[in-house]
Amino acid sequence: MLQRLQHLLGIEDLTREQVSFILDQAKPFQEFHRHPLKKLATLRGKTVALAFFENSTRTRISFATAAARLGADTMNLQAESSSLKKGESLLDTLWTLEAMRPDGIVIRHSSSGAPEFVAQRLGIPVVNAGDGTHEHPTQALLDALTIRDRKGKLEGLRVTILGDILHSRVARSNIHLLSKFGAHITLCGPAMWVPRDLESLAPDVRRVSRVDEALDGADVIIVLRVQTERLHEPMLAAEEYILQFQLTPERLRLAGPDTLVLHPGPMNRGLEIDPSVADGPQSGVLEQVTNGLAIRMALLYHLVGGAALEAAPAPGTTGKE
Amino acid sequence: MRVVEKRQLLSAEEIGRTLQRLAHEIVEKSGGTNDLALVGIRRRGVPLSQRLAKTIRDSSGVNVPVGTLDITLYRDDLSTVGPQPVIHSNEIDFSVDDRDLVLVDDVLYTGRTIRAAMNGLFDLGRPKRIRLCVLIDRGHREMPIEASFVGRNVETSDTEIVEVRLKEIDGEERVVLIDRVP
Amino acid sequence: MLLIKNGRVLDPSSGRDASLDILLDGSRISKVGANLSASNVEVFDASGMIVAPGFIDLHCHLREPGQELSETIETGTRAAARGGFTAVCTMPNTQPINDNASVTRGIVERAAAAGAVRVWPIGAASVGSKGEALAEIAAMRDAGIVAVSDDGKPVATARLMRQVMDYCRALDLPVIDHCEDPSLFAGGVMREGPRSIRLGLKGIPAQSESICVGRDVEVAMLTGARLHIAHMSTRASLEYVRAAKKQGLPVTCEVTPHHFTLIDEDVRYDSHYKMNPPLASREDRAALIEGLADGSVDAIATDHAPHHPSSKDVEFDRAPFGITGFETALALGLSELVHPGKISLKRLVELFTTGPARVLGIERKIAADEPADLTVFSPDVAWTFRAADSPSKSRNTPFDGRSFRGAPTATVVAGRIVYRR
Repeated sequence: MLQRLQHLLGIEDLTREQVSFILDQAKPFQEFHRHPLKKLATLRGKTVALAFFENSTRTRISFATAAARLGADTMNLQAESSSLKKGESLLDTLWTLEAMRPDGIVIRHSSSGAPEFVAQRLGIPVVNAGDGTHEHPTQALLDALTIRDRKGKLEGLRVTILGDILHSRVARSNIHLLSKFGAHITLCGPAMWVPRDLESLAPDVRRVSRVDEALDGADVIIVLRVQTERLHEPMLAAEEYILQFQLTPERLRLAGPDTLVLHPGPMNRGLEIDPSVADGPQSGVLEQVTNGLAIRMALLYHLVGGAALEAAPAPGTTGKE
Repeated sequence: MRVVEKRQLLSAEEIGRTLQRLAHEIVEKSGGTNDLALVGIRRRGVPLSQRLAKTIRDSSGVNVPVGTLDITLYRDDLSTVGPQPVIHSNEIDFSVDDRDLVLVDDVLYTGRTIRAAMNGLFDLGRPKRIRLCVLIDRGHREMPIEASFVGRNVETSDTEIVEVRLKEIDGEERVVLIDRVP
Repeated sequence: MLLIKNGRVLDPSSGRDASLDILLDGSRISKVGANLSASNVEVFDASGMIVAPGFIDLHCHLREPGQELSETIETGTRAAARGGFTAVCTMPNTQPINDNASVTRGIVERAAAAGAVRVWPIGAASVGSKGEALAEIAAMRDAGIVAVSDDGKPVATARLMRQVMDYCRALDLPVIDHCEDPSLFAGGVMREGPRSIRLGLKGIPAQSESICVGRDVEVAMLTGARLHIAHMSTRASLEYVRAAKKQGLPVTCEVTPHHFTLIDEDVRYDSHYKMNPPLASREDRAALIEGLADGSVDAIATDHAPHHPSSKDVEFDRAPFGITGFETALALGLSELVHPGKISLKRLVELFTTGPARVLGIERKIAADEPADLTVFSPDVAWTFRAADSPSKSRNTPFDGRSFRGAPTATVVAGRIVYRR
């Protein structure tokens, strides 16, 4: 009997069984997307708050669509229009939201730990859509679903993650998830973005400085985007990055014809990934998008549907004083 | 509160003969098997629909397509107590459009399951016709739903339960009437 | 008059460790001896307790003037008294900054009126602690500062540190530095390491502190001034201090209770684990404890940094650095250092008394004519710390609800009992 998930804050604390359960539950929703009529009434009457304190179009739309197709209504909070810019604290913004009584909240925030902060204080299910450089659990889940469908399994795969690992919450969530299935993980990217401490995240994680060594024998390559907007130092010249780390067709051949290429998006075509690789037969990016919808529907179905959480702290208290 | 078996409604042999009769009825009353398709409602409607299709194939040589429908997402009784039920995929590999569908289930009771099943079917397309085939009709309808093909009508009270046990799922073949006693 | 009877007097200055009575007359110690008696005197029975010279906290933040939402001199000193402290040195990063004599006088006057314990202000090293011009240190000294620091930040440059040190050497004031390299610190919120990677929080490498300690020690060598390293947290920093001491330089250092108790692995998404310097590695903690034991570390100081709950109850990234510390300092010293046998009880008392006194260039001892400042404590009493019971206005502590063995039982300042358990 699986312990009932109350929130989805990260992959790290999930068991392998819980991960498999979520992937299995996404399957009916994959099938659902082949229906001509994509509208259920399962979550009718429920409201899902989308609190995106950090800009994101794709993930927000994916969650919004997932909620809508389940028949739920959504409440939208976006960084620009939120009073967070006027100096209102995260806590106050959330009390305001909670007073409108959503049945669940999907939150993306630039502070690592923000979803946990929210989950400790509000009495409703929280889904982490990306917090700081900590985790992006739904991305790892949709990546895993794509890998499992294409490769037939998740166990014992050789996975290479390419790029700015240090600042990537996608990388961390993927490392946590794939390790639960015994993956052999190789990290490769500019040295200052692949520090040694990353190897302590999971048992079988190694760093490799040269891309051809990193790609040799890989079953799956996850290409991370170069995050120009995160303004971390040093700003590496694009040409330097391309020269050393771009996933070109030649480099992909080092991995093999069956190697799956994934990218969390949005892609900088021509920077971290060659356009022909991005659009080629080994690329799983389109499936990633549809699988994202299926995963998010499965999560909203289980977390937001069903009875309300027990023992919710009363609104207005932190439960700590 | 315990459950006690009151009486057996159908033996293994009777189940077999009833399904045979139902299969023939379906063929007779369908004016041709061209557009015919069976859709079994998870769980026990599934082996029943598969057996009906086999009988139809054995007797008339026609391969009527069979699909599986999971109605969890269409139920109206979720979100009251506890966690969400686990969902399963449908397995319908034919188009539902313009089909002469027969929904197959083990027991017809309030009719809510069938209401949900119809919602599910209409999400897949636009069937020409939907009829219902059940092994047992136990009355107590709460929806305006009727079955065109009924194995046996049984009068029951609210506390009683009709349990259909099939070898594919339960390892035995019988239909029993169960009561809850304090 | 106050007679403290039957206690175990532990006085590191004289080496005394015996069952003795102490008679206090007004604000001075009148007599120390066995079986004392006097008439018309209040008696405090210290049976089963340790009587030590009054504890000194070299480093705290009383937030007055300007930040009274978080703490005032009155509430902070009441919490200090509860922690067994008889004197506290309050850092200058108030609003306005204590960089001139009138602010210093204001603090001194407020403390005289409302302080439960002695308040010894520390003045800023530079005007506004901006790291540009020297503050009016001589005038502040006349107004009562006991040391100089730009705490909250490091003294900005080696060049300025040299000027501050030269100036303070002439005035016989120690220079206390909050050691940090801003370019390595760079927006970090916890120690860089496996834990910061796992939590996705920006890390600060240990070298941020030790690079600055090294710089300061070199400048101390250049100037011969008294340098005191505030809240030292790493092995590497300690190595610099040890080397300086070996060379006979007047370099001293302090360690906070949270740094000899918690480590980076303890950090979670709870701003009560966010302080500067951040919680360090397991190896650092072990090195600090070794330094506390072998005398390389001179003092335990709390860095009591109150923040009103509303300011701490935010995402980790956005929370201000700092935790409170007065009331758990002795208890943590006992539970983490003495009870497990890592240091002796006498050594612990030194770290709270003669150690800090030496940094300030004063004496702290139990003898006739000395100030009647005493800390009486039970090394064994079982109790649970509850932040809600604290007289402090703030609740930012990771130790709320923690059980301890050992607590102050009476705090005596200038002959008056300012806290009694």
